[in-house]
Amino acid sequence: MEITFYISGAVAILSTIMVITRFNIIHALLYLVVSFLALATVFFIMGAPFAAALEIIIYAGAIVVLIIFVIMMLNLKGEAIEQERKWLTPQVWIGPAILSFILLGELIYIIGIGNSGAAGLPSQLVDSKAVGKSLYGQYILGVELSGMLLMAGIVGAYHLGRQKKKVIHRFLEQIEE
Amino acid sequence: MNEIQITQGLLLAGTLFMLGLIGVLIRRNIIFMLVCVEIMLNAAGLAFIVAGSKWAQPDGQVMFIFILTMAAAEVSVGLALILQIHHQLKTLDSDAASEMKG
Repeated sequence: MEITFYISGAVAILSTIMVITRFNIIHALLYLVVSFLALATVFFIMGAPFAAALEIIIYAGAIVVLIIFVIMMLNLKGEAIEQERKWLTPQVWIGPAILSFILLGELIYIIGIGNSGAAGLPSQLVDSKAVGKSLYGQYILGVELSGMLLMAGIVGAYHLGRQKKKVIHRFLEQIEE
Repeated sequence: MNEIQITQGLLLAGTLFMLGLIGVLIRRNIIFMLVCVEIMLNAAGLAFIVAGSKWAQPDGQVMFIFILTMAAAEVSVGLALILQIHHQLKTLDSDAASEMKG
């Protein structure tokens, strides 16, 4: 399990470097997904499979899709199709593809040796049952506060993201709040 | 889980946090700065996971879930702010939003 940890860490660091040096934000998000997948592998090796699943579902799924939606809302111009054709060249996706295939080979290796003793799952496995009992036992106040935080996030995003509608009144022009 | 891997995990978390901080400092696009803040939050979560793995306690993963919740709320509000900035200033340059005026 040592070598899988080192390979995943190297993939995470490399893809994060590629994230902060890209000029096109879609390329950066592609590398960001690979970075999250590599970190999920690290979590799995560390004996936290529930956190690894949450990392993939929420970070690499929901948050990245949310950022992509906002990018698509921001620049919808006429040259979008030409830009799309320009983006979809092999040199764009070959880097994330290679890093993702490294992670795939690592996953196949972990599953392949999974049931053979000490090289399989780590011994100090903290499964989701223990996490759930702790989350709804001694951390129940934190869970409720997280719910209030998410509610504040929904209300704040709705209030900030609303475009002010401009209506022409019969007598005077006003900006509707 | 031996001591060496704990040290390497904390080093990985520190490296990722430093990369996110560098990204916040060197980029001027607001969306890039938001993404780099996500990287820094993720590195902090990795540190919690490593520490929870050392003592085999679920508290690290509980803290990771709280960080995840906070990151989700933060990215939604941040993206709404980016939409407003793009709507009002017609750019994503963070230096263009350097003046506070109502």
